[in-house]
Amino acid sequence: MENKGKEEITDREILNIENLRVRFETEDGIVYAVNGVNLKLGYRKTLGLVGETGAGKTTTALAMLRLVPDPPGVVECDRLEIDGQDVRGMSINRLEDVRGKDISMIFQDPMTALNPVLTVGEQIAESIEIHEHLHKDEALKKAGDMLELVGIPRARLGEYPHQFSGGMKQRVVIAIALACNPKLLIADEPTTALDVTIQAQVLELMTELKEKYNTSMIMITHDLGIVAEVCDEVAVMYAGKIVEQGSLEEVFGETLHPYTEGLFNSLPNIKNRTAWLKPIHGLMPDPTDLPPGCAFAPRCNYATEECSASCPALKNMGGTHFVACSAYERDPDFLLERRRKNG
Amino acid sequence: MADTILEVKHLKKYFKTGRGMLHAVDDINFTLERGKTLGLVGESGCGKSTTGRVILRLLEPTSGEIIFEGKDISRIKGSEMRHMRKDLQIIFQDPFSSLDPKKTVSQIIAEPIKENHILRGKHAIEERVLELMDTVGLAERYINTYPHELDGGRRQRIGIARALAMEPKLIICDEPVSALDVSIQAQILNLLRELQEKLGLTYIFITHDLSVVNHFSDDIAVMYLGQIVEKAPAEELFEHPIHPYTQALLSAIPIPELGHRRERVKLTGEITSPIEPPEECRFAARCPLCDDGICRKMVPELIEVRESHFVACPIKQKEMGF
Repeated sequence: MENKGKEEITDREILNIENLRVRFETEDGIVYAVNGVNLKLGYRKTLGLVGETGAGKTTTALAMLRLVPDPPGVVECDRLEIDGQDVRGMSINRLEDVRGKDISMIFQDPMTALNPVLTVGEQIAESIEIHEHLHKDEALKKAGDMLELVGIPRARLGEYPHQFSGGMKQRVVIAIALACNPKLLIADEPTTALDVTIQAQVLELMTELKEKYNTSMIMITHDLGIVAEVCDEVAVMYAGKIVEQGSLEEVFGETLHPYTEGLFNSLPNIKNRTAWLKPIHGLMPDPTDLPPGCAFAPRCNYATEECSASCPALKNMGGTHFVACSAYERDPDFLLERRRKNG
Repeated sequence: MADTILEVKHLKKYFKTGRGMLHAVDDINFTLERGKTLGLVGESGCGKSTTGRVILRLLEPTSGEIIFEGKDISRIKGSEMRHMRKDLQIIFQDPFSSLDPKKTVSQIIAEPIKENHILRGKHAIEERVLELMDTVGLAERYINTYPHELDGGRRQRIGIARALAMEPKLIICDEPVSALDVSIQAQILNLLRELQEKLGLTYIFITHDLSVVNHFSDDIAVMYLGQIVEKAPAEELFEHPIHPYTQALLSAIPIPELGHRRERVKLTGEITSPIEPPEECRFAARCPLCDDGICRKMVPELIEVRESHFVACPIKQKEMGF
């Protein structure tokens, strides 16, 4: 019986989003932050959501939790399901059950994510108390277990956030996020504020806990190194759209989109230290005034006039690999420079 | 003959705190040749930024010598100091908070030129501002805009133009690209390198990002809690890191390539407090090689163990026959 249950679970997706659009109606104009994102994530998988500042990564994540401030935010989508439950029309009471229990989020800045006037123990226990309906003492006991799990001695339960270092605070935030064994964990740049050696420890801890509790994860990051290290799948975002998506091997090994290539070329190469970097020229377009065609066309080395005229849709290129680039429609044998070099 | 532009000897900077002396920079020594780049690497709180600021005399050194072009500048004052500041400039990490929001691009870049009476006459100054904007790749149309109207990359270009206005010989770049997106980061790194080749600049490049420092530096000094623990030419340091801290730091960089999930030199614990540190190796508490009988007896000395390769680890020094 138990086995059958497990099989059923693997058939479904933990997350299923179709055509997500988020815009912010401000006095200075309408900011088109997310423009038609489709995402599916299988159980126990880790998806890396990659892109630069303003690409719409965080807004996409906030929309999943229905945390986009309204007004000025307007969220529309054809489907938004977490673990098979439709989140779109959910009542606030029901939503509060889901948040923290089924889906939880780790924010970028551990310095501001914690409440400075509550002890870390109280903050971890809070979500346990609410979701597992435990008594305060029992919840605190479990909070102590969580603290030990993330490598902090239980004795520090009664201390305040300012008494912890940055890496420790992020561990506390992770402990809060994982306290109720969520099925889906969204980590928004969880290590950006940390030093590299501490980052390595935190990433290792997250991977370990994720495996232990069978959690699915969305890792929002601008760091392709982190993606290579922890993710199974990758979605690259640009100007509110996913421009390339696939397994880690597909996106890193057989890169298809010129923007993804540009990101790789911008990184200093550890093995070839004297090479000049090949930055992407120009800037990301203003989200209040997106170009009519492909949003990347003005910065793209391969762009033709057609690219600025019509907006390419995400197309399957074999396997689980998708790309939104009209170069492949014009010439099915089109290859990026990176691919020509890699053979 | 090596043309030494800067020599730092036994430089210390302590801060008084309620709980005792904080040893931010604790006995640092290095020399820098003209036209080269020294990368100063380390994690937050290791004293790399303080070192940069003390060299510029934005902070007063507690003790030690800073010899710039043969002259000790660690105690100079008044007009001598003003003169020295023309040769030594800094580019800050955050291009937003380091630019006056009430001034236009042209006013920001012109300020040091006017203050130091480098040029006189409105016309001459404006011409120089435009020339500097062109050098750093800022279009002329931005001349009357304010910093908040520009993105991080362009703001950082203003910071660079302002530093170049004095025609400095040495520029301290304090995390100049950390606040920028990767595609913009690459544009700024290329610009800094171009300027170095064109103007013969010497850089001290302060950063926590090892892949950036590797790309940019001739020599790299790794700092830990106010001290240099390893120093070597960049390639040598990346290929043969010797100090256990450097090894951990290098193995912690996530590499954006497939099949690179590798074994790490694991560090446990967190950085110890720099307030009244004990007379022992400051890395001892986190070090996988620590031998209390040796490492906790004294502060390790920086010794040349291979050509131009200095390491302050008594265990490794012993292993290598020193």
